[in-house]
Amino acid sequence: MDNKQSRNSEFSNNDNCSCECNDLEAILAKYNNDPTRLMDILIEVQTQCGCVSEKAVKVIAKAINYSSVDVVQTLSFYHFLSQTPTGKYAVYLNDSAVAEMMGREEIAKVFEEEVGCKFGSVSEDGNIGLFNTSCIGMNDQEPSAIINRRVFTKLTKEKVIKIVKGMKNDLDVEDLVGTEVQSNILKQGPILTKDSNLGEAVKKAISMKPEDVIEEIKQSNLRGRGGAGFPTAMKWRFCRNAHGEKHYIFCNADEGEPGTFKDRVILTERPQLLFAGMTIAGYAIGSDEGILYLRYEYKFMEEYLEGVLSKLREEGLLGKDVAGEPGFNFDIRIQFGGGAYICGEESALLESAEGKRGEPRDRPPFPVVKGYLQQPTAVNNVETLCAVAKIMHKGAKWYRSLGTLDSTGSKLISVSGDCEKPGVYEVEWGFTVNDILELVGAKNVQAVQVGGPSGNCIAPNEFDRKLAYEDLSTGGSLIVIGNERDLLKDIVLNFTEFFIEESCGSCVPCRAMTVQYKNKLEKIIRGNGVAEDIDLMLAWENVMISNRCGLGQTAANPILSTIKNFRELYEEKLNKDTDFVSEFNLEAAVQESCKTANRIPNLGGDHE
Amino acid sequence: MSKILININGKDYSAEPGKMVLEIAKDNGIYIPTLCHYEGIKPQGSCRICTCKIDGRNMTACTTPATHRMVVETNTEELEKIRATIVELLFAEGNHFCPACERSGSCELQALAYRYKMMVPQFPYIFPSKDLDAKNPKIMIDHNRCILCKRCIRRKKEPENPTWFVFENRGNKVQINVDHELIADFDDELAQKAMDTCPVGAIIRKEKGFDVPIGSRKYDKVPIGSDIEEQGATL
Repeated sequence: MDNKQSRNSEFSNNDNCSCECNDLEAILAKYNNDPTRLMDILIEVQTQCGCVSEKAVKVIAKAINYSSVDVVQTLSFYHFLSQTPTGKYAVYLNDSAVAEMMGREEIAKVFEEEVGCKFGSVSEDGNIGLFNTSCIGMNDQEPSAIINRRVFTKLTKEKVIKIVKGMKNDLDVEDLVGTEVQSNILKQGPILTKDSNLGEAVKKAISMKPEDVIEEIKQSNLRGRGGAGFPTAMKWRFCRNAHGEKHYIFCNADEGEPGTFKDRVILTERPQLLFAGMTIAGYAIGSDEGILYLRYEYKFMEEYLEGVLSKLREEGLLGKDVAGEPGFNFDIRIQFGGGAYICGEESALLESAEGKRGEPRDRPPFPVVKGYLQQPTAVNNVETLCAVAKIMHKGAKWYRSLGTLDSTGSKLISVSGDCEKPGVYEVEWGFTVNDILELVGAKNVQAVQVGGPSGNCIAPNEFDRKLAYEDLSTGGSLIVIGNERDLLKDIVLNFTEFFIEESCGSCVPCRAMTVQYKNKLEKIIRGNGVAEDIDLMLAWENVMISNRCGLGQTAANPILSTIKNFRELYEEKLNKDTDFVSEFNLEAAVQESCKTANRIPNLGGDHE
Repeated sequence: MSKILININGKDYSAEPGKMVLEIAKDNGIYIPTLCHYEGIKPQGSCRICTCKIDGRNMTACTTPATHRMVVETNTEELEKIRATIVELLFAEGNHFCPACERSGSCELQALAYRYKMMVPQFPYIFPSKDLDAKNPKIMIDHNRCILCKRCIRRKKEPENPTWFVFENRGNKVQINVDHELIADFDDELAQKAMDTCPVGAIIRKEKGFDVPIGSRKYDKVPIGSDIEEQGATL
């Protein structure tokens, strides 16, 4: 087509990006100019240059035969990818509710003062950029920030001053301050208990028929640990039986639900267990390729995890003829995300892995039938795959003896917020909220957020409820909220803003209603709410459940579950003398036009 | 392929398996309102207007393939309320000034608002600050009126061509964008096609906005969906 040629000729002499990125061609070559690897290409360019410039976009577009805007379509979706420079040092400070509870505001102020620019901008010399970011999986050691992919935890005023000084002196990120991400495993259960020889679990699985491996998992009654609780064996059977050129096993390590960090701990402490689980899953569904979709926030683990994978290859547990089994070839690669909560939804994850915007797909078809690159794909949670390896090692019967009848096995819980011992606790299903509060040393508890913002905010009268699929189902996050907190302002508003920020923007109710919810909530917090406002927010739930994916369907949960369980907090803020409060401020509304016309408005007493 | 039975609003219909519920309903004279749907391009279910109760769950009729013995409700009070609320959300989210819009009278959003007898949205207007992009000689793109249905993105001349229209950003910051280099030599036919694809007045052909006078436009005399409903009445 003519316009395509003219488009190309305009920058055909411009193959090198004008910023510091000199390796664009090498990056593109590394991924064979493959548009389905666009995420990898963009992430590498971002890592090297601190942004993906307009020129880089054009070069990439030409190489992968996309239009420039099509590259921007993907690029602009992800929080950690930027079209404008983010500074030599890009500081991403977590702004989740628990970070705020642990003193983020003070830390942000120190950053701004020391750097000399506001959050959301880059210092004048282009050296340091300050940005907010959603939960980075460090809730047990907040406030924390990511600077050039390295994580800095438990920030204090002194630490921040030292960090900024280091950045101004051009220090290597490694040398800014001593920092360590703590694993904080405070209670080990069957999954976290170390086994000496995981290779045995893999060997045992591949000595069996794949169908028998699936049967063993079925006998264990294992259900998905991401939150939805779909039976793992059933997912695998659907996937195995689906026709395709190739089958894929994905591990969903995009744990973005604020307050969840147990996958980070598994990946740090027990990566061999996870990779063994992926290998077994691959064998069961008939796949030779496993992909670990890892959230960008965990980029600091890349080298470590690649090292673990290399070692497994050396030991013959990955690669050709795995564990000496002729004909079973299986390997694992890491696919990074770019910063988007929605990519934890399995079909959005697959879109992202294909180099596209992380927008959930319409179902059917389900990923087990048409998943990654339209091939049958099983997507499993990190913890689920770890359980798989343990079940192969110790048997379904052993696993079934743990937990409850409907929820077998154990659950890793990430506990954070107002408690003495935040960290990861592995408990058998059936533990009550009270049991956990006792373990973590939580006193004077006002509320517990179970399962993150998309879950349920419960009051003390429900603390005797059990963590189980049949009672309180959870993906693994528990945020303890003390009596001293302003629940609506500190927690519910923060969570609602989180959903606005993280919506993919596709479905109308998720994109637009979340904003209306926030406005209504702020109106009530300001003391301008009327009784009807609460009823309206409840009535809108029907519209929210009509969204396509789990994010959209649960985006109003912070408000809905607190109206249900803490209605008095809303009611005490209502304006009870009237059934209508006009939020309209005439003076503010005419300010801009008055300024333009250089007039002082005469609003008088009655300005109807 | 053998036909299947699908129950819509209490009545059984025979249908081809795999055909979308929306199409089957239409074939049988049952109107399900749509916005992001456009005949001939792959549906994606993003406006959620066509949400129906399908086997007890809220699902979009445009993306749900029919299966044997599927039970569909298309017009319960609850569903109509959801649709009306979505229309109101769209009016509050954008800047829709119908009297000044070239598409008034042939705008699907406006027509649905009339169908749902909307006087004013229940939501406060957001009044976002949005741009008008008039760089192209043939068409202009008014982001104020865009309802982000993606019809322009999904409708391409040939599948192998690079994409003209795209989505940018995410959440409530999402907006369509266009590759100006690629559409620089848009001819009248393509410009008309782009405008026809848009359900509202976000893509407008320059100098052609008032070719059909207000008063004799598509929905000026008959409400949206009445063609399908009329067909249903005669069946």
